[in-house]
Amino acid sequence: MVAEWFRQLKESANVNLTIFYDRFDGLTYLNGLATTVKLSAACLALSVVFGIGGAWLQRSGWAPLRWLVNGYVAFFRNTPPLAQLYFFYFGVGSIMPLIPDGAGGTHRLFDNFQWAVISMSLFAGAFNVEIFRAGIEAVPKATTDAAEALGYSRFGAYIHIVLPLAFRISLPALNNNLVTMVKGTTIAYAIGVPELLTASATIWNASTNIPEMMNVLMITFLALVGILVVAMHRIERALHIPGYNR
Amino acid sequence: MAAGGTMSGISGDAVVSLRDVHKSFGATEVLGGISMDVGRGDVVCIIGPSGSGKSTLLRCINALVPVDRGEIVVAGMTVTSPTLDKLALRRKVGIVFQQYNLFPHKTALQNVMMAPIHVLKRDRREVEELARQLMRKVRLSGKEACYPGELSGGQQQRVAIARSLAMKPEVMMFDEVTAALDPETVKEVLTTIRELAEDGMTCMLVTHEMGFAREIADRVYFTDRGVIVEHGPPKELFGSPRDPRTREFLEHVL
Repeated sequence: MVAEWFRQLKESANVNLTIFYDRFDGLTYLNGLATTVKLSAACLALSVVFGIGGAWLQRSGWAPLRWLVNGYVAFFRNTPPLAQLYFFYFGVGSIMPLIPDGAGGTHRLFDNFQWAVISMSLFAGAFNVEIFRAGIEAVPKATTDAAEALGYSRFGAYIHIVLPLAFRISLPALNNNLVTMVKGTTIAYAIGVPELLTASATIWNASTNIPEMMNVLMITFLALVGILVVAMHRIERALHIPGYNR
Repeated sequence: MAAGGTMSGISGDAVVSLRDVHKSFGATEVLGGISMDVGRGDVVCIIGPSGSGKSTLLRCINALVPVDRGEIVVAGMTVTSPTLDKLALRRKVGIVFQQYNLFPHKTALQNVMMAPIHVLKRDRREVEELARQLMRKVRLSGKEACYPGELSGGQQQRVAIARSLAMKPEVMMFDEVTAALDPETVKEVLTTIRELAEDGMTCMLVTHEMGFAREIADRVYFTDRGVIVEHGPPKELFGSPRDPRTREFLEHVL
């Protein structure tokens, strides 16, 4: 019935939304949506892990470890994300070992989806390191002194006191970066990951409905990022400390 | 190193002993050779002008600040030894700070419970019982579920005291704990400290509350520019100070 309505829409108004009545286009788009969601979720989780880990290592007493983190941040913050993606997929990817697929052929250690996750997580993670660093530095020295005086080790104080506070302080900046990251997943188009932009391009090339699909793509991202923003605000509210920062 | 023979001058029953402790921050000498003994159950007050090294002294005793020279022994542990077990030391010595320094993301009760659970790995239920008991002791029953930001300064400071007590220390140190409080709430914190002292807790207080020092202390130390100028029972030190620097200071603050 819905499909019929959209078919009519094409006839009467010349608005050709094939994804609603053409099974192939519909599946292509759904697959794109699922890929974008998976890509975003993986990058979201990994980039936060990289951020927290990097911010912890950045405070290490061992200088080479700090240099390593600073080098990582500098590299990923100061170079274009698309170039990074190419660097990993075509550069690093081509020297990865070949793995037999059991059917006589071989494939590389990581496929394009995995490289997209690695590359974009490292990129967003570099920004997260700086975001968490700022949060950690905003935790008063007096608070960590108190933890130390109670016998907490540096790691114990980080886990139980510094991180929970720093995370709250970092949330607004983290939200911004994660929104940027989710939108940025579209660059995976460049290495053929079948995410939303790739799916849309496939559809508009085949069905020559470029304006319609452009709009669909934009509205989809508007909704996706909207969901992310609502979720992050929920987290912010849930982590709100009564009476804090009055 | 065992207490006794080789450690000349450090009396056997002292819980805290300092011998010729020196500490400089850059070119500024903050402690210029401090020696003192605090016996079990003693209440010792350290007074003196700002910047005379009083807070640094307390921070050296629980190894928050390393000393340059001299020896500190707390409950049989040599704090100044390079092999010091800091965790063991901090179980023996509690410190309460001027700015309370509570963990703002945890309720009052959780603040008291955290360290015994995380650091001492004690059973949660057992610790909760102890924490509730301590909340009663500092007269904060009913405030267990409040976050630090919802409590007054005096209440926060009493939670901080309970938090330190939960580690069952042998010595409690108070670093100008009433300096940031409203005059009305100073009293409730001092009452808590007084009760602790009456229970026989060894207490070291850095304070500007001269009336309180006079009332509660067994011994008062007057420090100026990193050295102990004079010390004695409060009656003597406040009543008939020998050193002109002590006299001058007391004239200003009393």
